[in-house]
Amino acid sequence: MELSVSLYRYNPEQDKFPYMKNYKVKKPEKDIMVLDLLNMLKEDDATISYRRSCREGVCGSDGMNINGKNGLACITPLSEVLKGNKLELRPLPGLPVIRDLIVDMTQFYEQYEKIKPFLQSDSEPPEQERLQSPQDRDKLDGLYECILCACCSTSCPSFWWNPDKFVGPAALLQAYRFLADTRDTKKQERLEELGDPFSVYRCHGIMNCVNVCPKGLNPNKAIGEIKSMLLTGTKEDKIKVVGLE
Amino acid sequence: MNKVINISKKNNIKEFDALIVGGGGSGMRTSLELAKSGLNTAVISKVFPTRSHTVSAQGGITCAIQSADPNDDWRWHMYDTVKGSDYIGDQDAIEYMCSEGPKAVYELEHMGLPFSRFENGRIYQRPFGGQSKDFGKGGQAARTCAAADRTGHALLHTLYQNNVKEGTNFLNEWFAVDLVKNSKNEITGVIAFSIESGEVCYLKAQATVLATGGAGRIYASTTNALINTGDGLGMTLRAGFPAQDMEMWQFHPTGIHGAGSLVTEGCRGEGGYLINADGERFMERYAPNAKDLAGRDVVARSMVMEILEGRGCGPEKDHVYLKLDHLGADVLNSKLPGICELSKTFAHVDPIKEPIPVVPTCHYMMGGTPTNIHGQAFSRNDGNDFMVSGLFSVGEAACVSVHGANRLGGNSLLDLVVFGRAAGKHINEELKSGGGVENASNEDIELAMSRLNKLNESESGYEVADVKKQLQTCMQNYFGVFRRGEFMEKGVKELEEIREKSENLYLKDKSIAFNTNRVEALELQNLLEVAEATAISAMMRDESRGAHARDDFPERDDENWLCHSLYDPVEKKLGKRDVNFVPKEVEAFPPKMRSY
Repeated sequence: MELSVSLYRYNPEQDKFPYMKNYKVKKPEKDIMVLDLLNMLKEDDATISYRRSCREGVCGSDGMNINGKNGLACITPLSEVLKGNKLELRPLPGLPVIRDLIVDMTQFYEQYEKIKPFLQSDSEPPEQERLQSPQDRDKLDGLYECILCACCSTSCPSFWWNPDKFVGPAALLQAYRFLADTRDTKKQERLEELGDPFSVYRCHGIMNCVNVCPKGLNPNKAIGEIKSMLLTGTKEDKIKVVGLE
Repeated sequence: MNKVINISKKNNIKEFDALIVGGGGSGMRTSLELAKSGLNTAVISKVFPTRSHTVSAQGGITCAIQSADPNDDWRWHMYDTVKGSDYIGDQDAIEYMCSEGPKAVYELEHMGLPFSRFENGRIYQRPFGGQSKDFGKGGQAARTCAAADRTGHALLHTLYQNNVKEGTNFLNEWFAVDLVKNSKNEITGVIAFSIESGEVCYLKAQATVLATGGAGRIYASTTNALINTGDGLGMTLRAGFPAQDMEMWQFHPTGIHGAGSLVTEGCRGEGGYLINADGERFMERYAPNAKDLAGRDVVARSMVMEILEGRGCGPEKDHVYLKLDHLGADVLNSKLPGICELSKTFAHVDPIKEPIPVVPTCHYMMGGTPTNIHGQAFSRNDGNDFMVSGLFSVGEAACVSVHGANRLGGNSLLDLVVFGRAAGKHINEELKSGGGVENASNEDIELAMSRLNKLNESESGYEVADVKKQLQTCMQNYFGVFRRGEFMEKGVKELEEIREKSENLYLKDKSIAFNTNRVEALELQNLLEVAEATAISAMMRDESRGAHARDDFPERDDENWLCHSLYDPVEKKLGKRDVNFVPKEVEAFPPKMRSY
């Protein structure tokens, strides 16, 4: 049995335009990952270019478009994605292509930096650790695990349209990771920086991000939380305003 | 690419106070310290920093913060680490790591690392292998601070985030080719190129820190990322500097059979255990007290013994099982969620219902570039150590040495932050008090370019993928968990042939933009340097100690080998170096029989 692999190829020094190149490979007996298949192809054609590192789904290097859906090549088994015996591999959509499956992620990283992805606190740190209850720590689950693979942001039409102004699902998930952290004291400032018409509000909840996240995270839910915080203020504010104590 | 190279032009020189090669945990802890001090600091990393291998660390960071046990003591941690090292860890360095550890861990928490918590709000700690209370007399300790089973991910991202905060310069997706060494044997920076644009530069610095991690890819089967190719060690060995304890490679007991992915020791810390084909918990026979939480070298060897004696699992009887189902879905989902995910993906097994097939897998390089506790690299001349001005090393690439012949679980993340921090502090002081190095000449720079030039000019030769396979197979066959002199001699011979090939690789694709084939060729040459140092060191150490287990010399030989090995890459010979037995505050722990 043969597999037909259609690969997006582009080398800026040689090609005026990108093109799809077909490779025929014997279908492996075992169910292997898309990355294993790419490594096999590269052994025969060393010019094929893609990023890879951990090969176990934690470093976020090998995000790509696999038969029409974004995912990590190293944890996507062929059995899950083959259509007939066909496989089409393209770079993540919406970002400039450097070569073959490698995209320029500058804009993606800039949005991440924009949300100030680090803990900010007005209080001097104690000699030991800051205390946090397990219940408060639980609020960070589903947020801190992001691996910055960009599968979500590059599947989002709002990010395709406004990659410079819409923060995008990945960075918004991290924005909420710090908003939700009881140790961070800059909630008001963080919210103020997100309150313009583009940063958060360009999300229209189509949930492509949730659909593709290889870590099973839910940026859409985090964005919803940010929106409601923007509308009603943080919980501490509410207490102040309504005067319930 | 050839045309771009003209290093004598000013625009191909970038100058910094401190240059850190490698954007993993140790590199970014060093850079954070330096960026805060106001020095012009740059990190060069061949991958975007959060893609570094630190991200794969799971179980945690071991440190006596007295959270799980208010009476815990860093001296007990020190005792465990010395014992774990089979007594060739340097006791001054181990003392420093264990006593400074709590500060370094609290700093990580203050930076935002999302540690798991106990009910009282303090950092969660779990039991790990080789841990004890009261100098081995008080039973199992729980000393490993964890963020679920994603501690490395949480640590690496936290460090990147704080480097962003402090404005560290990052040269991401740049590859360091070789060290630039001036006529006084000082290191003045590296030759490097941008993988994306092909631009070649001399990155000049007063302090060059190698934080390039391990080289597990010298073996065919490893838990290591594909990028773990020993690039820093390759550079130092080519520059003629020695490597210490290179025969000491840790085989982690629980790599997923067939895939190599790591399953954290934390699984056994939380109560999981290993079983053979008869369903027997066999570690009770090999380590009656610590059982499944004995040192990693002990557990790995016991597993191989079970397999060799026909009690392996599966149709080929070539692995054993890690049993977790008795812990229940709640514990597994809250404490080991990443393992559940990995196990389903790579072993097609849900640990809530079935055991995971595991086998000892190459995991960690205890050896490396010898340094003192400030990260300063040293070399040897006529039997005397001397500092190499301008050269530093931290993390897995370095051998400070806190792990000796066998590293304890959770001590690598601690090593990264403690010694990254220490190197940063030292470089800051040194440079601010007027320290530094002299300039390199054009010839010195040209020499450091020669490897890249040769590859770029190659018109025929060997294929990278073929030579890499030969190298990995050779190391796997002759330098694995158990070793024997005659096989190792064969391996060393084979490596000579592989070196010949590796020095004559053919780079068919000469394109500039993101040429991963060029990177892989350069990485392969680094792997070869590390493999050769490993092979010769392993062949020469004729005893068994820690991770180095020889069939033909099964006993530890303190009379001849209670020392570091020091591999000289110029003569390809092995020397010996004294182990430090002079800690500052506590009495040294003398060598004892090591049992668990």
